[in-house]
Amino acid sequence: MKTTVAKLKVGERGRIEQIAIESIPLNLLEMGCLPGKEIELIQVAPFNDPLYIRVNGSHLAIRRDVAAKIQITKL
Amino acid sequence: MSNAKIIKIALVGNPNTGKTSLFNQLTGLKQNVGNYPGITVDRKEGFFKLNATTSASIIDLPGTYSINPTTLDENIVLETLFHPAKNEAPDVVVMVADVENLKRNLLLFSQLKDLEIPIILAINMADQMKRKGISIDIEALKTDLDTEVLLISARKNQGIDTLKKHILNYKKISTQALDGLSIKIDKEFFGALKETFPNKSLYQAWLTITQFHNLKNLSIIEKEAAQEFLNCHNKVKHLQHKETILRYQKINNILKKDYKVDRLKGSDLRAKLDKVLMHRVFGYVIFFLVLFLIFESIFDWAIGPMNFIDNLFLQLSNWTEMQLPPGVLTNLIVHGIIPGLGGIAIFIPQIAILFLFIAVLEETGYMSRVVFLMDKIMRLFGLNGKSVVPLMSGTACAIPAIMAARNISSWKERLITILVTPFITCSARLPIYAIIISLIIPNERLFGILSLQATVLMLLYLIGFLTAIISAFILDKTLKIKKRAFFIVEMPNYKLPSPKNVAYTVIEKTKAFIFGAGKIILALSIVLWFLASNGPSKFKDAEQIVTQDNPELNTTSPDFNQKVGSYKLEHSYIGYMGKAIEPIIKPLGYDWKIGIALISSFAAREVFVGTLATIYSVENEGDTETIRERMKKEINQDTGKPLFDFPTGMSLLLYYVFAMQCMSTLAVVKRETNSWKWPILQLFFMTGIAYLVSFTIYTFLS
Repeated sequence: MKTTVAKLKVGERGRIEQIAIESIPLNLLEMGCLPGKEIELIQVAPFNDPLYIRVNGSHLAIRRDVAAKIQITKL
Repeated sequence: MSNAKIIKIALVGNPNTGKTSLFNQLTGLKQNVGNYPGITVDRKEGFFKLNATTSASIIDLPGTYSINPTTLDENIVLETLFHPAKNEAPDVVVMVADVENLKRNLLLFSQLKDLEIPIILAINMADQMKRKGISIDIEALKTDLDTEVLLISARKNQGIDTLKKHILNYKKISTQALDGLSIKIDKEFFGALKETFPNKSLYQAWLTITQFHNLKNLSIIEKEAAQEFLNCHNKVKHLQHKETILRYQKINNILKKDYKVDRLKGSDLRAKLDKVLMHRVFGYVIFFLVLFLIFESIFDWAIGPMNFIDNLFLQLSNWTEMQLPPGVLTNLIVHGIIPGLGGIAIFIPQIAILFLFIAVLEETGYMSRVVFLMDKIMRLFGLNGKSVVPLMSGTACAIPAIMAARNISSWKERLITILVTPFITCSARLPIYAIIISLIIPNERLFGILSLQATVLMLLYLIGFLTAIISAFILDKTLKIKKRAFFIVEMPNYKLPSPKNVAYTVIEKTKAFIFGAGKIILALSIVLWFLASNGPSKFKDAEQIVTQDNPELNTTSPDFNQKVGSYKLEHSYIGYMGKAIEPIIKPLGYDWKIGIALISSFAAREVFVGTLATIYSVENEGDTETIRERMKKEINQDTGKPLFDFPTGMSLLLYYVFAMQCMSTLAVVKRETNSWKWPILQLFFMTGIAYLVSFTIYTFLS
């Protein structure tokens, strides 16, 4: 099922889409958020933002607006 | 030693890889912090010996995930390694990598390698490998990465000697590019690029066109060439993404054979701690407990040392006065320089304690969790999760606090943080609050438990904090600056703090305060001393005039001396300045004496109390109790009632809550924003608000 990281629930995982690379900011890509990689939503901060994700061995906090740009297939 | 050599090393790496631990391990306390010319990023440099004839100088570059910068700090890495200023180019780069996150660390490595500079890869935290089930084939990595690779453990001092050997032999290290960027990505684009910059390698040309706006030392001709090239080719962003993906593919292929990890062995300490520390409810409860602990310690632990420092300088001043022959120079030293130095030293305990806590919170990895918890709330007011650290530090002193805003990558959010931080009640306001509260608020208990005086003090802190937040909100809505940077924060592994790293951070920050604010406080103290100890004719004839007016007084009695002192201050230059501003401050309920104290407290707010003590010719200037008693007796010349009554007291308290009453902060804001516009705006707005609020409250209450 196609969706974005922003729509995942805590504990859910997805695989980053090949086609979406250009909508992801370069520095997020550089930190390991690459197409084809598995991404997990670990936690959501109070007031629903930011999101705490694990991707490609990195543990990162990103804001919801960026998460909404990362297109994934839900696993 | 004419043949002594110095090898220049640049230390780079991702944040949280133990880069600073290695730096401290190599250099000990032989390090100094300066500034890069023209910008405000700290430049940490250290020195150590490699062997009997060769020594090394090492620069600790800011932590970064990539050569493509997103903050001012990260830009330094790009400039130093790619287009350094004269004499800044390193001979060799030491890159520190985290053994647990080698893949991501190697991205930066692959970029640096393509710059064709000698680079040593030091894989840190090797002592954790066994516990985490990691095994690495170092020899294979050396071949695949085409450079020296070694395992170290900076905290346990392992592998440091081998690293030194590699540094000594840096000339033998290959400077071949790994070709992470290849013409194959886009033959047409990179072919044209090669033609435009025939003298550069492909990667150098690529960095030139993608980063030329970040490269100060690039020639104008090259900048124009880069701009022109971009005008014709507009798919740079797409290619940058492609480049990164290809680099990771290469790294993955290498690590697949050289790096093994047994997933089962990984500990779940992180997950367990995160569940509690980042919990929707407990997360906040724990954070506020931590905050409470910090404030409690700043006030409790610091009181002893602060009194000690206060007494020390008082005694030093008295002792010096007795040792030196009387004269202008002695006067300058005893009443200008020594109290000026004391005014700086008195803040050291609070600043050191605060940075002790902040260093521990950052070392353990907890601070990143706080940033995560607070980001959304802070963002409602135009701030950033990372603004928490500056705002917390502001309770000790605005100067290190404003400097702590540097790692906020969005310029707008950083600027707002800088502009509102001075509203946070700093430790220099405390002596003023304490003395005035004790004068105007009865020492009673509210509902039998809460101390009324303590409640008022708390309210003043709260007003300061709320004003900061509200101003941030207004600034966010009015400042027309586009937000570009993205918020990405790494959540590092939890670690026990290294005492060495914590101690060095505390020393470094305290030094930054002493030399940053200290210079201005000292200089201003001397100017104020001059203005207070010189004056026109009446000042010079003070003793005669006092004798005439008070014939009953013995000219050797302390009473007489105090009267002369207070008469002199009244007729000194600063006394006339106080009288000159009296019409302006009268609507707030102040007289010219308070005016003098207001002016002198520009050096540092707490000077207010000391100045009043001199004006009221209090015998023992160091004793708060006697100053308080004397202030109580002061009569308002117009009304005949006590001067420090409830309306005037409240007006003064609120004035100090809002006013930008600190030269050093203005100087730091000027430095951090690189313009006079912001500190001047700050001065007028904050002092304007202070005036309006004090005027309103005074008129309303009286």
